[in-house]
Amino acid sequence: MTATTVDKLVQLKVRRKDSTTGESYWEEFSVPFRTNMNVISALMEIQKNPVNAKGEKVRSVAWEYNCLEEVCGACSMRINGKVRQACSTLVDRLEQPITLEPMDTFPVEKDLVVDRSRMFNALQKIKGWVPIDGTYGLGSGPLISADHQQEAYKYSTCMTCGCCLEACPNVNSGSPFIGPQAMGQVKYFNMHPTGSLQKNERLEVVIGEEGIANCGSSQNCVQVCPKGIPLTTAIAELNRDGNRYALWSWLKK
Amino acid sequence: MPSNTVTQLNYTASTRKSRFVLSRLHSLAGLLPLGIFMVEHLLSNALAIFGAERYNEHIAMLQAIPFLPLFEITLIAIPLLFHAIYGIYLSFISKPNANVYKYQRNIYFMLQRVTGIITLIFVIYHVWSFRLGPLLSGTEVSHSLVSEHLANPFIFVFYITGVISAIFHFSNGITTGLITWGITAGPASQRVARKICTGVFVILAGMAVVSLFSFL
Repeated sequence: MTATTVDKLVQLKVRRKDSTTGESYWEEFSVPFRTNMNVISALMEIQKNPVNAKGEKVRSVAWEYNCLEEVCGACSMRINGKVRQACSTLVDRLEQPITLEPMDTFPVEKDLVVDRSRMFNALQKIKGWVPIDGTYGLGSGPLISADHQQEAYKYSTCMTCGCCLEACPNVNSGSPFIGPQAMGQVKYFNMHPTGSLQKNERLEVVIGEEGIANCGSSQNCVQVCPKGIPLTTAIAELNRDGNRYALWSWLKK
Repeated sequence: MPSNTVTQLNYTASTRKSRFVLSRLHSLAGLLPLGIFMVEHLLSNALAIFGAERYNEHIAMLQAIPFLPLFEITLIAIPLLFHAIYGIYLSFISKPNANVYKYQRNIYFMLQRVTGIITLIFVIYHVWSFRLGPLLSGTEVSHSLVSEHLANPFIFVFYITGVISAIFHFSNGITTGLITWGITAGPASQRVARKICTGVFVILAGMAVVSLFSFL
């Protein structure tokens, strides 16, 4: 490593919170730059030496991470205002000071750590699984064509990271919207031949109070999704399925 | 204004569907009665380009429609009030973030709400000055009444703004309506729909602006 890269510093500005009930405050840090550094490694530098830009020793910044390769969804945060994964965000491609904020669509636990359990509750609501358990063997399921598998694969990559909910203007305290992630998963489980046995139960959520009626087509979800999941396609298809289901189930009453 | 933080979801699936039905009716009201009426209205007003006589003849013809108030109330006033009230509610429960996420669709999402509010203010004023006001005072609506009105530069600018907002709201509403009704599912068809709707906007806005200038 050359002397110049060692001397280079990365300026970070973190919006912190000491506890769930605490007040947010900004704190600045400068950490030594390394080539190919990502936001996680910059945060690790703070962990190694938790001294802020004023030279005061402070509590180290809390954040979540697991996989470091954009598949676990834990390190979502707002970096320079926009939500993304800290692991796949390279420091030298960002304007400095780099501002790090928690996704405050979710309840903030501490610093950059948020409680994403809302999305896991949403998966329970939409029955985000394929029912294979019974009191007797149900046999092997139907074959799935390669095209169908390819389409489903995109939705299967959802890592419940929360970027789509954070960027959606209609997911907030004033709106009951369950969010684009749940819509994508409804599409995913409904297109599975065995999963589709619970199709109507999922569509009940889609046409319910928290459902698709809350979508305003800002289409931010598909723009910010780190996995490139076609969430707006899922939403449009669920609009069609939901409209049909709502109309026919009413006409049959 | 709502805050950004959401509350936890409970694990009981909601059974209320009123929001879904209202949202579909909101889309339907905007596209069918209101959209068709607006296009008809813009075409009628474009007759002013061909002179006061053609325009006045057309007004007389429209006013001769039997049971006109019944159609005006059921096909225009009720859908309009519903669309406006539900639309205001929708604007208040959203938290536009186009300052951060500067994507075209997100900017249009914000503009759809802004133009909706401008259109509502404009329509209230417009209905008062050319329908309810003259009806109560017994004034005859004619080319000259509109000309007098538009001679005021402030009113003229207000009209240009209001008409363009209404046309934008309608054209952009078609693109989102096609999604609400599950027709344009994928990004490619949505792109084509957007291009067509931009064309609709340009044609209608051009026609409306020329019509307004012809009154001067």
